[in-house]
Amino acid sequence: MAVTVPGQAAARPLSFSDRVVFVWDRVNKYVFYTILILWALIAIAPLYFTLVFSLKPVANAYDPPLFFPLPFTLDNYREVVSSFDLFPRWVLNSVIVSGVVTVLRVLLCAMGGYAFARMAFPGKNALFVAMLITMMIPGQVTLIPNFLVIGPGIVRDLEIGGVKIPTGFGLLDNLGGVILPGIVTAFGVFMMTQFYKSIPKEMEEAAMIDGLGRFGIFFRIILPISRTQLLTLALLTFQGVWNEFLWPLVILRTPANFTLPLGLQWFKGEYYTLYSIVLAGSLFNTLPILILFFMFQRYFVQGIATTGMKDV
Amino acid sequence: MDAARKRKLRDTLTAYAFLSPYLFIFLVFFVFAFGYTIYLSFTKYNLLRPPQWWGLEGWRRVLTNDLFMKKALPNTFEYVIVVVPIQTVLSLILAFAMDQKLRFRRLFRTIYYLPSITSSVVISLIFIWLFSPIGVVNQIFNLEINWLNDVRFAFPTIMMLNIFTTTGTLMLIFLAGLQDIPEVLYEAAAIDGANKLQAFWHITIPMLRPVIFFVVTVGVIGTFQVFDQIFVMTNGGPLDSTTTVAYLIYKWAFRDTTIKMGQAAVAAIILTVIILIVTLIQRRIIEGGGTTA
Repeated sequence: MAVTVPGQAAARPLSFSDRVVFVWDRVNKYVFYTILILWALIAIAPLYFTLVFSLKPVANAYDPPLFFPLPFTLDNYREVVSSFDLFPRWVLNSVIVSGVVTVLRVLLCAMGGYAFARMAFPGKNALFVAMLITMMIPGQVTLIPNFLVIGPGIVRDLEIGGVKIPTGFGLLDNLGGVILPGIVTAFGVFMMTQFYKSIPKEMEEAAMIDGLGRFGIFFRIILPISRTQLLTLALLTFQGVWNEFLWPLVILRTPANFTLPLGLQWFKGEYYTLYSIVLAGSLFNTLPILILFFMFQRYFVQGIATTGMKDV
Repeated sequence: MDAARKRKLRDTLTAYAFLSPYLFIFLVFFVFAFGYTIYLSFTKYNLLRPPQWWGLEGWRRVLTNDLFMKKALPNTFEYVIVVVPIQTVLSLILAFAMDQKLRFRRLFRTIYYLPSITSSVVISLIFIWLFSPIGVVNQIFNLEINWLNDVRFAFPTIMMLNIFTTTGTLMLIFLAGLQDIPEVLYEAAAIDGANKLQAFWHITIPMLRPVIFFVVTVGVIGTFQVFDQIFVMTNGGPLDSTTTVAYLIYKWAFRDTTIKMGQAAVAAIILTVIILIVTLIQRRIIEGGGTTA
């Protein structure tokens, strides 16, 4: 005679997968914590060791102890800031490039996005699709012509009727050349388009009745209400441009004009034996982004999660 | 002209005024650039003399070039095939662990994102030092490996670096995707008698499909273009074992003793076509027909 326990009478026999789940429920918390802690250690280790060794003398760049700065010194940081004239220049150059690109890109992407989202004009759909396609194109395929256009020109010494016609911007080895192609991106315009499509039309209509033109509406109503989106775009842009390497590498030639990542890479070549100083300089490059990240973590996380891009 | 048409014209002009900065950049740096790259691919161009028409000679040279066909191309594919699956699975696991409402989640999230905010150059400089023969890694694990100068280890080291820096970013995307799955679906499944494993396979994974497609796409596009790390860490060496297509394009166009802009353009077009094809194929596989992203 089968013994039936009340409440279990109707239960199906435990399948294999049920049993796996049963065991899993008992241990999963520990498994997940282990995974999270392991990756946290891996993620933090390189920066941690960099910090430790940047605080040790140059002579100890490869010596134990590994986990704390002994002997301790601040010389590397002092050296970076005071002895290398170029270092402050690189910081300044990076600030200029990242600052100008960020401000322009945010404004111009918002303008473009607003037009795509809210205005009717011939050619709109074709332009929008073309924009989406450019987002798929890798930078390498436009690299050479862009270099020619920014720098030496497509056709050199072009003369028509004795008048020299420039076919390039002549911005080789100039910060302007690094800035120009980045002032507005397909991705930024796309992101702002999506956002402006989602806001209600009523506010604009009210403003239009009040006699405000398109530009008035854009600057007085649209820009202020999209602050969060603009800040997200600004942060992702600043981070991307601050860390950019390939394009400045192609455009900038003299060390005094380098941006910080370019400078650090050059610096490594020149002072290979002084690696502690390279490490200190590396942390300098990371610091501004780190500060921005801690100040605006929510926007970074939101931006990354919705766009999936570090560089927009 | 009547008033309505006049207004329409004015609206169009306003719209194009708003779009003009974007259109300028788009036309010069994308449309023209793309067309000119195609033109350059049929020329011989070393910057010193104007481009000379070369027909298919540049294409023939690239497609029979050993450095391109036997090193750069296979290396690039190897890089994508190793890095993308590992970083995708790893970031999915981490996102899943992060989604368990455990304590210290915010702290973990911050730490995971740290590698992503450091620039590729800085993290490469740090890795050169960590992985030097007398560096921290060899000391901690008691190894004697010359990571970046050994053909067997140089490329895997750069792959590790890439996985290390992008996993945190991808984790954030997955986490947002996981949090977007409506709780009711799990509740309904539980009522129907599904266990967690079944819920994972039949709810989490299918609901996550568009996100998986997105993460893999971002990964594929990024890894096919790997350049910074290689430039800083190995310059394509040792013995061209870390030379990728993107690195070779740069080298041919800007670095070589004889500049080969035309052949660099050929390589760039090939890279673009490969990325487009691979993206389309993986879309097919992940979407499995039917649904769209």
